Amino acid sequence: MPTVLLEIIVVLVKIAVVFGAVALVVAYLTYLERKVIGHMQHRMGPMRVGWHGLLQPIADGLKLFTKEDIIPSQADRWVFFLAPVVSLVPAFIAYAVIPFDRNFYITHLNIGVLYILAVSSLGVYGIVMAGWASNSKYAILGSFRSAAQMFSYEIFLGFSLIGPLMIAGSLDLVKIVDAQSKVWFIVYQPVAFLLFLVAATAETNRVPFDLPEAETELVAGFHTEYSGMKFAFFFMAEYANMVIVGAMASVLFLGGWSGPVLPGVIWFFLKVMAFIFLFIWLRATLPRLRYDQLMYMGWKVMFPIAILNIVGTGLVIYLL
Amino acid sequence: MEPFFFFLFAAGAVISALLVISRRNIMHCALFLVLTFFFVAAIFVLLNAEFLAAVQVLVYAGAIMVLFTFVIFLVHIPRTEKIRRTFGQKNLALALGVFLGLEVAYIVYGAISAPASPAAAPVVQGGNTESFGVALFTRFLFPFEIVSVLLLAAMIGAIVLAKKEIDR
Repeated sequence: MPTVLLEIIVVLVKIAVVFGAVALVVAYLTYLERKVIGHMQHRMGPMRVGWHGLLQPIADGLKLFTKEDIIPSQADRWVFFLAPVVSLVPAFIAYAVIPFDRNFYITHLNIGVLYILAVSSLGVYGIVMAGWASNSKYAILGSFRSAAQMFSYEIFLGFSLIGPLMIAGSLDLVKIVDAQSKVWFIVYQPVAFLLFLVAATAETNRVPFDLPEAETELVAGFHTEYSGMKFAFFFMAEYANMVIVGAMASVLFLGGWSGPVLPGVIWFFLKVMAFIFLFIWLRATLPRLRYDQLMYMGWKVMFPIAILNIVGTGLVIYLL
Repeated sequence: MEPFFFFLFAAGAVISALLVISRRNIMHCALFLVLTFFFVAAIFVLLNAEFLAAVQVLVYAGAIMVLFTFVIFLVHIPRTEKIRRTFGQKNLALALGVFLGLEVAYIVYGAISAPASPAAAPVVQGGNTESFGVALFTRFLFPFEIVSVLLLAAMIGAIVLAKKEIDR
């Protein structure tokens, strides 16, 4: 019995470490985003709280925590209450299978990739529930766009991963990283990587695919009626999802924890951060797509390319 | 430990399935259906069919039910309006329900009264994706192809029906 107890304690400690690290990274991503965009636009970004605004995320957290929590009188109370939770929980439980280093992961699943895809496909319910329960036109329009966008782009997010999975011959994240010990999959699968990049941006509702929360048209989209901690939950979920897709890109295309000199965890972190920097850069650069452009691009451009990529990869593997 | 989890998930699945058909707010029904799929996926995990569980969540809870909620948004039923419960099918539904109940009772009775037989050898060992794929494309190729043709027919049917609306 003591060994079982010990195992449980080890797992709990691992969960606490990962959860704490992710929460900290997520909090400081908001700071990074404001700082990077600020400098890209020739501004300073946050400067007042702490040295170069380093304590800004903590001040923001305290502010959101002490704000009044408003529930609109016409809202569906239960669904309104559950929506932020439903969007945050999948974003965090996806971390359970991510291998941060060869021997550091919470659990080892032989269907790791499918697990992440399945769990992250549930996050959209948070958005749908929020829009529906708010009983507000802007929120409903935001959710409506989000639902359409998510199920279009989820399909070829999955399809773009098939290429690298065919080369790795496994759905196990650790085995996928091991398969890249010589050459990273981004070299074999550049098309798949670009598809993944576009699909991941759309999945996380980032510019240029941020139609569900387009502030110039929809006030704030699906979270228009939310305030205080409930709003913070949506915000955290968005950033946690960004880290997840960054981690997926790192594991599936960029060789995961592998790299010279530095320990694996550091390499993993650097790769994820590079991916997130790209997201922020995109936000500072690109305008928002129009709705019909989004759908056109999804179904008539990306989808055929994804299929062709799978056929091509299959042919090459068959011939070699 | 395993029987405890099985009964937990099974009870969850049955209760949320009952809520699907008894709630009168259509959005609540859809959300409870998502919950039902989730509990079924959990039972798959208990049966060592992780691949099926992941696909269950990915396809049913993740994709199909999002489509359902999308349709609910599209038809826009005002929140105050409750859905009608019956569409003049009460007697038919009752008859079918009784029939189905008898079938379930018969199976349960058979399972309880029969002497414990050794479990049939599993076709697929473990929840491994690879062995699942091999079984699907060799031993079960014919049913697999039949299902593909059925889905294709359904897809063409949907397009034809939608196109009729556009042409009009």
